[in-house]
Amino acid sequence: MSEYILEMQHISKSFPGVKALNDVSLRLRPGSVHALMGENGAGKSTLMKCLFGIYKQDEGQIILDGEKVDITDSRTALGLGISMIHQELYPVLQQTVMENLWLGRFPLKSYGPLKLVDHKKMKADTEALFKEIDVDIDPLELAGNLSVSKLQSIEIAKAVSHHSRIIVMDEPTSSLTSDEVEHLFKIINGLKAKGVAIIYISHKMEEILRISDEVTIMRDGNYIGTWPSDELTTDLIIKRMVGREMTQLFPEKTNVPGEEVLRVENMTSIRDHSFKGVNFSLRKGEVLGIGGLVGAQRTEVIEALFGLRHLADGKIFIHGKEVKIRSPRDAKKHHIALLTEERRATGIFPMLNIVDNNTMACMPKYRNKVGLLNDRLREIDTEEGVSSLRIKTPDTQTRIQSLSGGNQQKVLISRWLNTNPEILLLDEPTRGIDVGAKYEIYTIINRLATQGKSVIMISSEMSELLGMSDRIMVMSNGKMEGILDAKDATEEKIMELATAGLL
Amino acid sequence: MSGSRVSKFMTQNAIYIVLVVLVAAISIYSPNFLSMTSFRDILIQSSPRVIIALGSAMILITAGCDLSAGRVVGLTAVVSASLSQLPSYPHPFFEQAPNLPTFLPIIIAIAVGACVGLVSGLIVAYLRIVPFIATLGTMVMTYGVCSLYFDMEPNNSQPIGGLRPEFTVFGSGAMDLGFMTIPYIVIIAAVISFIMWIVYNKTVLGKNMFAIGGNAQAAVVSGINVGATLIAIYVIAGALYGVGGILEAARTGGATNNYGNMYELDAIAAAVVGGVSITGGVGTVPGIIAGVLIFTVINYGLTFVGMGPYWQLIIKGLIIVIAVAVDVRKYLARK
Repeated sequence: MSEYILEMQHISKSFPGVKALNDVSLRLRPGSVHALMGENGAGKSTLMKCLFGIYKQDEGQIILDGEKVDITDSRTALGLGISMIHQELYPVLQQTVMENLWLGRFPLKSYGPLKLVDHKKMKADTEALFKEIDVDIDPLELAGNLSVSKLQSIEIAKAVSHHSRIIVMDEPTSSLTSDEVEHLFKIINGLKAKGVAIIYISHKMEEILRISDEVTIMRDGNYIGTWPSDELTTDLIIKRMVGREMTQLFPEKTNVPGEEVLRVENMTSIRDHSFKGVNFSLRKGEVLGIGGLVGAQRTEVIEALFGLRHLADGKIFIHGKEVKIRSPRDAKKHHIALLTEERRATGIFPMLNIVDNNTMACMPKYRNKVGLLNDRLREIDTEEGVSSLRIKTPDTQTRIQSLSGGNQQKVLISRWLNTNPEILLLDEPTRGIDVGAKYEIYTIINRLATQGKSVIMISSEMSELLGMSDRIMVMSNGKMEGILDAKDATEEKIMELATAGLL
Repeated sequence: MSGSRVSKFMTQNAIYIVLVVLVAAISIYSPNFLSMTSFRDILIQSSPRVIIALGSAMILITAGCDLSAGRVVGLTAVVSASLSQLPSYPHPFFEQAPNLPTFLPIIIAIAVGACVGLVSGLIVAYLRIVPFIATLGTMVMTYGVCSLYFDMEPNNSQPIGGLRPEFTVFGSGAMDLGFMTIPYIVIIAAVISFIMWIVYNKTVLGKNMFAIGGNAQAAVVSGINVGATLIAIYVIAGALYGVGGILEAARTGGATNNYGNMYELDAIAAAVVGGVSITGGVGTVPGIIAGVLIFTVINYGLTFVGMGPYWQLIIKGLIIVIAVAVDVRKYLARK
């Protein structure tokens, strides 16, 4: 019998243009909690996707109980006793707890030639299972009436029902209250006692140090090391997570921030688990970075500034005058532009050409005297955008969906520049874009700031925040934890603030 | 042209190729088909349907669907016919024929169509009810309103007839060019098609329509007033159905409350066969016209060669399925 239940040895995985995993190893002992840590984009999800056969690793092997296994899909993984509790749960809300639990494998009972669902057995099995992991949920309750914490318990019960010996939990506490976290930990300890091994992915230091036995840290797709939890401290973990050289190059900053353009006071979402009491200001020609972990509600804040989300409380001042922004149209009137994070879902019009995509935010400005669109003028403006932002495309009639991600992003930037904005809100402007195009987008952002435009840039890449911003606002769990001057900021300081709200 | 370019040309222009092949096949089977009379009949029959389909397609392009089209055609046919009767007709709709100037019933009918569109548009835009259900509601209500009106004393659900020649001329008259005549109904459809081509391609409304259908979220983020745009589109579509209803009444010289029954499905079928994507964001005016023509050619041509109406239905159904299958392939290939 091997000392480890699972060994992922020397796993490497490349995607076109990116080495996502580079010689990463993970060894899991039975009956233990193994924390997997790293910044956003460190490669944790990719590694887990290799474990579940969603990706096939280029190099390295997976050894289960001392035997090499070839996992081709998540069904095989489940058969081998490996389950995953996802961060986002997708239960069938209109069905009962037990129906969700046994979905796709309902117990059947024969009535002559007919095989019908055996509800009695399903209920009994569910009750037994809940007793085993010590949760108290009515099997006949509708899933839609349950809290996230209870839905998560059902997922854990599901993993147990599959006789899983390895359970991966991805940010399991991200939307739990502290009492619910305690309950989860109780369940986890129960599973440990049964010999189940848990891979625990989280950013929350305190939690990790409390629940985990070992910690493996990854950074930029590399394996940094594995340590017993009692040899680690929060500081040590942070240092190992971010301690990289600045490898990316950023164009030299030429902008000079001027007077205040925008001020936000006590901005609070109408939703409970969103942002609260956010204050900040933005100066003319300034780049304000917003850092934080996934779930820090950064996107929500800037979408609220753009009128896409509702405020329960708070004031927005532009040039010292209070304004109400209730819709993107209001935001546009105040010369605010938003480049959304999800380029495909909320940015491009895939079937339309570059001219239409480029002019869509300010179509009325191209109307002639009789109200028809001046296509010549739209074409001229688009060609200007294509050349000034160096958009690579065969011509302006090409459908935007056939361009690369970086070039699509540039078309969207061009779309908003056409509206002549003063304030640009950029949500992860370089996500999913290759390194060369990233540099060009950095150059564009710097140029805009130098021209006196004010920029708010959300980024999950530390180096990008440090290399591009004048000041960095760090959010954690819906609260603004602090604003750092980029000159004094370090990755450690940002990470410290980003995790401050997660205790 | 290389093989792949030929196949690309074929998929991009499938609809026009099908139309040509269809006409060629029928002509080979029955050479008399290729005549001015057939050509004229097909255009006349297609005209009201083109106008209706151009409205219905706008809603499809916004990723919606309008089930009320047919019933609005019925309502507006009845309204315009009831107001355009000859005072001498023995079975008048009103005790006293209103004897209005010709243009007034036309304006009223178009306004009635636009009003139904306004109701559908408001329901879709502000009550956020999916268009299929919203227009199912307005479809049923419109039929109810139409039947109530049609059942009023002294008409009591009698077919409306005896329309004034100044009104029916729009449906059955023709412009005499000396060497040939062009039916007014075809001229009207051509003019409206041109106007709609401008609306689709050269107006802010048209661009917003494609944007909403292509990516509604991105349209909101771009600051497009999605609600107002949708309402405007439903109103325009309703007005077009109104024109369709007037032309149906004028063409046939009368109306009943069952006019326009199932036209909404014909319009959707024609639009879809003409390349309008049911998932929204895609569609062209020439494509929609070709889609309507295909169905009329099938109707007319297959009757011409002596094929029974039930076989025609089977062929129609097949064409809808095949056209959409080809269309889906076109987008799959681009991924």
